[in-house]
Amino acid sequence: MAKHIEVRDLNIYYGSFRAVRDVSMTIHPCAITALIGPSGCGKSTYLRALNRMHELVPAARVEGEVVMDDQDLYAPGMDPVEVRKHVGMVFQRPNPFPTMSVYDNVAAGLRLNHRRMRKSEMDDIVEESLRGANLWEEVKDRLDKPGSGLSGGQQQRLCIARAIAVKPDVLLMDEPCSALDPISTHAIEDLMAGLKENYTIVIVTHNMQQAARVSNYTGFFNIGGTGEPGELVEIDETPKIFSTPAHTSTEEYISGRFG
Amino acid sequence: MSTPTETRPASADTEPPRDRTRLVRGSLPRWAPWATLGGSALLAAVPTAVATGFSLIFFAFCLALCYVVGIFLWSRSVEGARKAADRAFTAVVTSAFALALTPLVSVVITVVSKGVQRFDTEFFTYSMRGVVGAGGGAYHAIVGTLVTSGLATLMSVPIGLCTAIYLVEYGRGRLARGITFFVDVMTGIPSIVAGLFAYALFTLVFGPGTVNGFSGAIALSVLMIPIVVRSSEEMIKIVPDDLREAAFALGTPKWKVILRVVLPTAVAGISTGVTLAVARVVGETAPLLIAAGTTASTNFNPFSGQMATLSVFSYYEYASPGVPPEPYLERAWTAALTLMAIVMVLNLVARSFSLLFAPKTRS
Repeated sequence: MAKHIEVRDLNIYYGSFRAVRDVSMTIHPCAITALIGPSGCGKSTYLRALNRMHELVPAARVEGEVVMDDQDLYAPGMDPVEVRKHVGMVFQRPNPFPTMSVYDNVAAGLRLNHRRMRKSEMDDIVEESLRGANLWEEVKDRLDKPGSGLSGGQQQRLCIARAIAVKPDVLLMDEPCSALDPISTHAIEDLMAGLKENYTIVIVTHNMQQAARVSNYTGFFNIGGTGEPGELVEIDETPKIFSTPAHTSTEEYISGRFG
Repeated sequence: MSTPTETRPASADTEPPRDRTRLVRGSLPRWAPWATLGGSALLAAVPTAVATGFSLIFFAFCLALCYVVGIFLWSRSVEGARKAADRAFTAVVTSAFALALTPLVSVVITVVSKGVQRFDTEFFTYSMRGVVGAGGGAYHAIVGTLVTSGLATLMSVPIGLCTAIYLVEYGRGRLARGITFFVDVMTGIPSIVAGLFAYALFTLVFGPGTVNGFSGAIALSVLMIPIVVRSSEEMIKIVPDDLREAAFALGTPKWKVILRVVLPTAVAGISTGVTLAVARVVGETAPLLIAAGTTASTNFNPFSGQMATLSVFSYYEYASPGVPPEPYLERAWTAALTLMAIVMVLNLVARSFSLLFAPKTRS
């Protein structure tokens, strides 16, 4: 079930360095929220803070609240492993497990989470996930072949299938198309449009056309200067951001007059 | 926007040749290296013949020198300085390779030619119990080598692998740095010190003069652990972080990420490293001489009684032969050959492991 996320005054640090400052936003369920902004402004860091992947980096920490289902994900006692089961993630570079077949890659999340189930049940989930990722028709005859033998675009859709197989509530995507050609990008954008009916999706992208095409809400991140923390300039409905943004820096960025 | 075909005028035809950058250089014919080699051989034969007595080493040295100088000068006059330097250095590097290979080939040839005489069924089925002079075999030593190395592997691999996992996945700060330092120090321990350590340990625990196969295995594992740690550490390190993150993002606990994603991805390299570590200790002599001792009869029990091993057997047969010495020396060479064969089989096993377990990209 898609969830609503409320972020309040989120500050993200690497050691003593503050990477992202005072972000507050509402992430709407069953919608795509795009995060745009120049390189190094903390979009990816922020995205990774939403499912506590951020803290895998040594000395990284977070202040503030990320509230999902009336629970603060950063409250004491929250288990990051449980959080990640509900907030899935797709990465910039396709990263299927090289030792596993296509089938095992999709089933990996379920197996690694120790959910025992019958073979037929597993088959159903794998097929459903691969269909959800628009990949079933292409791989149904080679489910037992290595996942890393697929093309780049297929691998990325395999990773999406793997992420949705564990049925998360929220799907975070960190520049999922930046390593892909336009045709694969189109396939994944189509896929996102379908996925948003069931999932809350947050996507980081450098491609503004992509943000304009697929997203319902767009947030613009910017950075004051080198060594300064990144911050959220504004977030609003996508048509409004791309036609009449409230801030001049947003307008400059999306019209290419930036820097 | 103009298309590329429009911007490119028919310059290739109209441009005068003198303006063109010269891209063609002279080059030696393909047979040039072989011709130089032949010429150098003739040239090198002269000083070799003049010098008193024929010396293959002297001839090879002159040959290499003549070849390097010859190909450099010839190439320089035709092809220019850059290619001449390239050819000269190719020759130098190849000579260095040949030089490095010489002792290796020499050892193989010597051991095979001398060891093959007793490489028979009796050697692999009989121990030395009650044998004086000719006959007998190294069955007891083969058993001892397999038992001590096997036990050492059983002890070293879990300890070494867990240490490597700790260092890569968990270790931070002073403790990890300390472990890394001491593992490096352990790599450099002279093997006899490992033997003395095991001997002293068993003397302290079980009383003076306790020498058995298990003590030898302890000595070997002291040598083996650092090798296993280092090779496994490198292999676990090169597993891309992408894969760990992908597994974490599925809501997988850390221990399961390590067990189900990191280790399977690295298993090919780890097993190769382990096999090479075994190959490294299987030929150790000094620690086994002290810690495992030697005996003429077959001993399957590593916890009681001395245990002969191939290297120690070979050493004793060669160092203190009886009269006449020939059968003893022959046995020593054959033991060395057997040891070499075991190491080679281990290497082949390691290679097939990495082929078998390596992540496959193509079906």
